[in-house]
Amino acid sequence: MPILQPLGRTFLLFLEATGRIVLFTTTALSHCVRPPIYPRLIGRQMIEIGYYSLPVVGLTAIFTGMVLALQSYTGFARFSAESAIPNVVVVSITRELGPVLAGLMVAGRVGAAMAAEIGTMRVTEQIDALDTLATNPFKYLVAPRLIAGLTMLPILVLIADIIGVFGGYVVSGYKLGFNPATYLKNTLDFVEPQDVISGLVKAGVFGFLVTLMGCYHGYNSRGGAQGVGAATTNAVVSASILILCFNYFITEMFFAR
Amino acid sequence: MTDRSANSGGDDTVPKIRIRGLHKSFGDKVVLDGLDLDIGARQSVVVIGGSGSGKSVLLKCILGLLTPEAGSIQVDGEEVVRMNSRELERVRRKFGMLFQNAALFDSLPVWENVAFGLIQGERMERGAAKKIAIEKLAAVGLGPEVGELSPAELSGGMRKRVGLARAIATEPEIIFFDEPTTGLDPIMGDVINDLIVKCVRQLGATALSITHDMASVRKIADRVSLLYDGKIIWHGPVGEIDSSGNPYVDQFIHGRAEGPIEMQVRAI
Ligand SMILES: Nc1ncnc2c1ncn2[C@@H]1O[C@H](COP(=O)(O)OP(=O)(O)OP(=O)(O)O)[C@@H](O)[C@H]1O
Ligand SMILES: [Mg+2]
Repeated sequence: MPILQPLGRTFLLFLEATGRIVLFTTTALSHCVRPPIYPRLIGRQMIEIGYYSLPVVGLTAIFTGMVLALQSYTGFARFSAESAIPNVVVVSITRELGPVLAGLMVAGRVGAAMAAEIGTMRVTEQIDALDTLATNPFKYLVAPRLIAGLTMLPILVLIADIIGVFGGYVVSGYKLGFNPATYLKNTLDFVEPQDVISGLVKAGVFGFLVTLMGCYHGYNSRGGAQGVGAATTNAVVSASILILCFNYFITEMFFAR
Repeated sequence: MTDRSANSGGDDTVPKIRIRGLHKSFGDKVVLDGLDLDIGARQSVVVIGGSGSGKSVLLKCILGLLTPEAGSIQVDGEEVVRMNSRELERVRRKFGMLFQNAALFDSLPVWENVAFGLIQGERMERGAAKKIAIEKLAAVGLGPEVGELSPAELSGGMRKRVGLARAIATEPEIIFFDEPTTGLDPIMGDVINDLIVKCVRQLGATALSITHDMASVRKIADRVSLLYDGKIIWHGPVGEIDSSGNPYVDQFIHGRAEGPIEMQVRAI
């Protein structure tokens, strides 16, 4: 059967890659908790991931909140259910759109840069040099990035939630003729802690996935500039797919009961 | 030079590095094929050999950056092949390495590159480490202002010298120099040769160098090894390279295209 052979090979390659990623992840995690820890490097990565992603994530959030309000208005007006707009906006943003869109934006911005930087270090023997200077690359390069990704994305998403709701508020108040005070009151009355918390948990997981993929593909890149280019693409694509995939399962974990 | 090799080249002492039957290949390409080499303590050994013969690979195997398929590498009597990463980290503290392409960290200024082993490895305070880094930079002919530059702002020869300063900054017991004088002008090349000799004589380091530069070989080597076809085919004191009677050595040191060493080239 000529069809089954490539299928089987692909499956085996998939298993091999999965095994390698799991091994990479466990090694990286063990270095996140064992000393020495590099606060300086963690701080630098936190600024890189958190602070410098703020404009991108903020812009994404505000336009998403605005378009949500506009779309639900045009839809709900047909059933005279315009009063549900604040609820729709806040739930969509906190549960889904905030974490997913922020995750995807950070994957494009940070994941790609990480893969390129670590990949270049690999192909120019800088990672070998780290090793010979008795500094573990997992500890020096990977662990600070994972810690920063895991902690900064929830903060980013919390800010994105606020900005997104503000976007919906602006459109509703100034374009759709809502009473701003009522809009805010409805928002706050309707939103539940679980909505926000599930979003923040997602954000932590996505931050971890993005930095993990950036580090993994960069660390394993081979063969010059072309290899680094491939690593960058793979990091963004795999992180994006994993984000969407984990998004489903975390949602199921929180809300499917 | 010959008196030094005479008293330090004895076989009675335990070698600092002892390599037996080392095999390393990449895919089908066999690079090292049963290589044996002993390097005595406080000796300066130079490995010569054609481009692509596997000299850099040999150094990386000793440092545990590449894992050989077979063979044994002992450093101070400890087997390093397949050592776990924590043990390897401890053994690597004995080493300093100048990479062939310098491999400087682009994200750090030059002085922090040089001080890296002191700050990260020995947990030295940054100010003190910087002072040592500036001293080491001066030893390779670079002023303190170079310390503030980023590696991307340096010329090729300057990068090489920064790499050299980084390799010797922690005053390691064993130092590997992968082509230390390539890309330097002849005068600076000689300064670097003197520096390597000084590391071995005054600091008592064991040095393993790779070079294509025969003037440099004569200056820095106690013993010379010729790597060909994956093996060390000649090993002897530097004083004997002219009278080795080995046709491979003769061809190499005189740089002749004709001889037993065949380069994979075709006439155009
Ligand atoms: N990571 C690698 N993957 C595949 N092949 C490699 C790798 N590193 C080295 N090689 C191959 O091993 C052989 C020896 O390489 P090495 O860098 O040791 O040469 P060298 O003796 O240092 O040469 P030169 O004097 O030009 O630096 C080369 O043929 C090279 O193609
Ligand atoms: Mg080489």
